[in-house]
Amino acid sequence: MPAYRKSPIPGNRWLPHPLMTLVLAIIWLLLVNTITFGHLLLGTLLGIAIPWFTNRFWPERPKISKPFLLFRFFFITFVTDVIVANITVVRLFLLPDISRLRPRFLEIPLDTQDPMVITILASVISLTPGTVSAEVSDDRQTLIVHGLDVADEALAIQTIKTRYEAPLKEIFSC
Amino acid sequence: MIFFIELLVSFFLVVGAFFAMAGSIGSYRLPDFFSRLHGPTKSTTLGVGSMAIASAIYFSFHGEGISFHEVLITLFLFITAPVSAHFLAKAALHQGLHKNKAALPPKGEKETGPQI
Amino acid sequence: MLSIAIPVAFAMLTAAQLLNLYRLLKGPTLLDRILALDTMYIDAIAMFILTGVYFRSAVYFEAALIIAVMGFIGTVATSKFLMRGDILE
Repeated sequence: MPAYRKSPIPGNRWLPHPLMTLVLAIIWLLLVNTITFGHLLLGTLLGIAIPWFTNRFWPERPKISKPFLLFRFFFITFVTDVIVANITVVRLFLLPDISRLRPRFLEIPLDTQDPMVITILASVISLTPGTVSAEVSDDRQTLIVHGLDVADEALAIQTIKTRYEAPLKEIFSC
Repeated sequence: MIFFIELLVSFFLVVGAFFAMAGSIGSYRLPDFFSRLHGPTKSTTLGVGSMAIASAIYFSFHGEGISFHEVLITLFLFITAPVSAHFLAKAALHQGLHKNKAALPPKGEKETGPQI
Repeated sequence: MLSIAIPVAFAMLTAAQLLNLYRLLKGPTLLDRILALDTMYIDAIAMFILTGVYFRSAVYFEAALIIAVMGFIGTVATSKFLMRGDILE
C-alpha cells in the first residue's frame, strides 16, 4: 500500500484525518446555510469528533502529493470534460437512426493497484466520455468499461489512460 | 431582480431540464441495458446538478443572504451517480445481460433478454 | 423571463418522468426497472428544486436532499441484492 504511507498534512492521534475535518466542517456550514461563529465552532467540533470516533474504519490516509494538480484536474479537465461528454452523449441519444451506435465493452489495463486511484478513475470515466465502468477484475489488473459509441477501441483506451489515469497516478503518487 | 441574474437562472433551469429529459429519452430509445445505463448516469446527473446551481443563484440574489446549500445536492449527485451505475452494471454482468449482444434487435421485434 | 422558463422546465421534466414510467412498466428486465426508478428519484429531486424556485421557498431543499440520499441507498441495496442475493455481507 504505497499510497497510504504518509500524508503531507500530518495527522496525529487527536486529529487523525485533517482533510476530513476540513471537509466535514464545510459540509456542516453548507447544510445549515449560515456562517456564524456558533456554527463554525459546532462544525469544527463535528469535524474533529467524527474522524476521531470512526478512525478504526479507515486507519490509512490518502496521500495527495500534488494538491495543485488535483485542483487543476477536477476544476478544469473534469468540468469541461463532463460538459463536452454530455453534449456528445445527448447528440447520440437524439440520433434519428439509433442502430448506428456501436456499443462495445473495453478492457482497460490498469497501471496501478491502489484502490483509491481505481475508485476515482472508475467514477471519473463513468461521468465523462461516453463510457460507464462496469467491473474491476479481482486482481485489480483490468477495468471493464462499456462504451456507448466506440469507433476505435485502441484509441479510446489510449485516451482514457493518458487523459485520466496518468494525472490521477501523479496526484496520488504511486 | 436584476435582469441578468434572472436570465442566468432561466438558462440553467431550462438547460438542466433539457439534459434530464435527454437522459430519459436515451433510456427510452436505446435497445440494450448497458446502453441505457449511459442516460441516467451522465445526462440526468448533469441536468439536475445544473438546476440545483440555478436554485442556488436564485436564492442568493433573492432571499436573505447567500444560499449555497443547493450545491450539496449537486456534489452528492456527482459522487453517487457513478457508484450506483457501477453497482447496476456489476449486477447486470453478474446476471449475464451482456451475453445477448444481439440485443440490437430490428425495430418492432421483441428483445431477447432473460425475463427475470 | 422566469415565468416562461419555469413552465418550460416543468414540461420537460414531466416528459422525462413519463418516459421513465414507460421504462419502469415495460422492463424488460428487473435491472431496467431499477434503473428507471433511480432516474425517477433524480428527476423528482429536480422537480422539488423547481417547485422551491417557483414558490420562492427554501423548505423544499431538505426534502430534495432526503430523496437524494434515500434513492441512492435504495438503488445500491436492490442491485446488491440482485448481485449476491444478500444485502449485507
